[in-house]
Amino acid sequence: MPPPGLLNSLEAVTINVAAFLITMALFGVYVASLGHNPLDVYYVLWLGSFARQISVESTLTNAAPLMLTALCTAIPARAGLLVIGGEGALVVGGVATVLAGVALSGAPFLLGVAVMALAGALAGGLWIGFAGALRQYRGVNETISTLLLNYIAIAVMYHLITGPIRDWDRVLKTSSWSIPQELRVGPLPFIDVHWGLATGVVICLILWIIMRRTTFGFGVDILGGNPRAAQMAGLPINRMVVLCCFIGGAGAGLAGSFEVMAVHGFASESLAVGFGYAGILVAFLSRQNPAAIIVLAILLGGVTASGGLLQRRFDLPDATTQVLQGVLFLVVLASNAAYGRLSLFQPAAWRTT
Amino acid sequence: MEGTDISWWSVLIAVIGGAIRVSTPYLFVSLGETITEKSGRVNLGLEGVLVMGAMSGYATAVLTGEPWLGVLVAGCAGALLSLVHALVCNLPRVNDIAVGIALFIFGTGLAFFLGKPFINPSAPRLPDIDLGWWSASPQVQSALKINMLFVIGFVLALGLAWALKTTRWGLVLRTVGDSEEAAQALGYNIARVRTLGTVAGGFLSGVGGSYLSLYYPGTWNEGLSSGQGLMAVALVIFARWDPIRCFYASLLFGGATALGPALQTVGITANYYLYGAAPYFLTLALLIYSSSPKRALEGAPGEVSINR
Repeated sequence: MPPPGLLNSLEAVTINVAAFLITMALFGVYVASLGHNPLDVYYVLWLGSFARQISVESTLTNAAPLMLTALCTAIPARAGLLVIGGEGALVVGGVATVLAGVALSGAPFLLGVAVMALAGALAGGLWIGFAGALRQYRGVNETISTLLLNYIAIAVMYHLITGPIRDWDRVLKTSSWSIPQELRVGPLPFIDVHWGLATGVVICLILWIIMRRTTFGFGVDILGGNPRAAQMAGLPINRMVVLCCFIGGAGAGLAGSFEVMAVHGFASESLAVGFGYAGILVAFLSRQNPAAIIVLAILLGGVTASGGLLQRRFDLPDATTQVLQGVLFLVVLASNAAYGRLSLFQPAAWRTT
Repeated sequence: MEGTDISWWSVLIAVIGGAIRVSTPYLFVSLGETITEKSGRVNLGLEGVLVMGAMSGYATAVLTGEPWLGVLVAGCAGALLSLVHALVCNLPRVNDIAVGIALFIFGTGLAFFLGKPFINPSAPRLPDIDLGWWSASPQVQSALKINMLFVIGFVLALGLAWALKTTRWGLVLRTVGDSEEAAQALGYNIARVRTLGTVAGGFLSGVGGSYLSLYYPGTWNEGLSSGQGLMAVALVIFARWDPIRCFYASLLFGGATALGPALQTVGITANYYLYGAAPYFLTLALLIYSSSPKRALEGAPGEVSINR
């Protein structure tokens, strides 16, 4: 008999692959109804995401922030919370990074980058940690509060970049001051993708180990599974929830840091382009498992990356990828009903043979 | 000093007028969400439903020239989209809040996708009712131009409060929302009641969306809704699932939304984006004020997951 852990993983992979295929079939019907050949559309999706080196680079550049924003939903979800504030945490992280970067002009490279990344992570962590504290100490629903915090973060950013920290020399685009050129983060060796990707992978792996191998991770899973049992066991529930929210928010804030340090160099409306919302989808696809997030962020990054090519080839509106994401999300949630139904993956099916 | 007095009055009048003008979408979405949550489910996707309603109502009005037909189509589109939510949630082990987020992404995406050709053409607007005829001041007159949908929404709030309290239909809905076991013991089909509750809520939210595109601001574009559908969900909690309180809360939120533009009319443009965020700050502050970690909120349906 295969070990139950392996069976669970195989079950998740099978159901997710099935959900992905169903989504693609539905999307094919949809584009066919608009008069396009679905096979051509699939081919362009493949071309724009993984077929060539340049598309792989674009896929991975999109995947880097998705890995980190997915943590913002996934880590609190393990403690039983539904946090959807990744977009806002990314934005405050980006703004904090700009402030730190400007203050640090003249600092040595490694110190400067480390402080900027810490500033972004801290800002995002406090942002979502605040929502976690509101939930534990005031009973405020965290889903709604984090959603409101998204809008507040974006409004605060617009306030800052149109006035207090605006770079008036940049005429074509409203943006904040730029971080010093010498503190910009470059690409990884061998591939033109910024260091945020490596950071995202390492952080996801570290959190995967923490969640699986430490007392803290075990306690969080008890809390997520049965809060009353966690209370009986004397776990510090409030502190654990706030800490999980802080970790998740720090991930999304770090995503904002890298968007500023490696991609844009300043804060502008380009920070709030939906990485936070797509991260929620990645978290649910990966069933809140940080290691699986790495793979699924790359998959979703591919969908995002091929959006531009899809638009140009078939003259589709830019909302096409959003429709595709929405359908995928709905199908994946519906596929939750299939867990435990496929007898092949139940230990009992193997015991009798 | 005289001058500043007058300008503060005009800000107040503009806020009151804005409250009446802006509150209608909040009112319809919050009434719809009240029905859905009374049945024991949360539909967080009403933002997507609202945008979809705005798009389909506008498209219908452009194509047929009939704004009221647009309102009807918007409601039906909202009902259809919410049916997706209801059917997915009827499956076992599916989290209704997560489905709502998915519907939010899907609905806004679909509306932007299908609505692309309708950004430029202009549609006929819904007509006004003039309640400011008695006043000589043009500001008061424009503040008291009231749309028929606002009146319908008010009547609907009264009707819904009555129906939830006294009709058999309202009792069934509340039973299903308060205790699955009790509803099951009485032989009600829980999934069917919740499906109907979600679809009805989607219809009202779709109508609320048509108000955005067909009356105020009265155009269709991708930045039309700035989270009104989401705030309305929070507003329902603040209103304690009571349709009459939804009406007052909608006015309050409408006033908060109108604050930024009202200050702009008297020349206060500093901090425009912060005033624009006033409704979000207000929602969060009210949630913090009205929530409590020790007890479920008064009037909350027992099966609603947002409450546990």
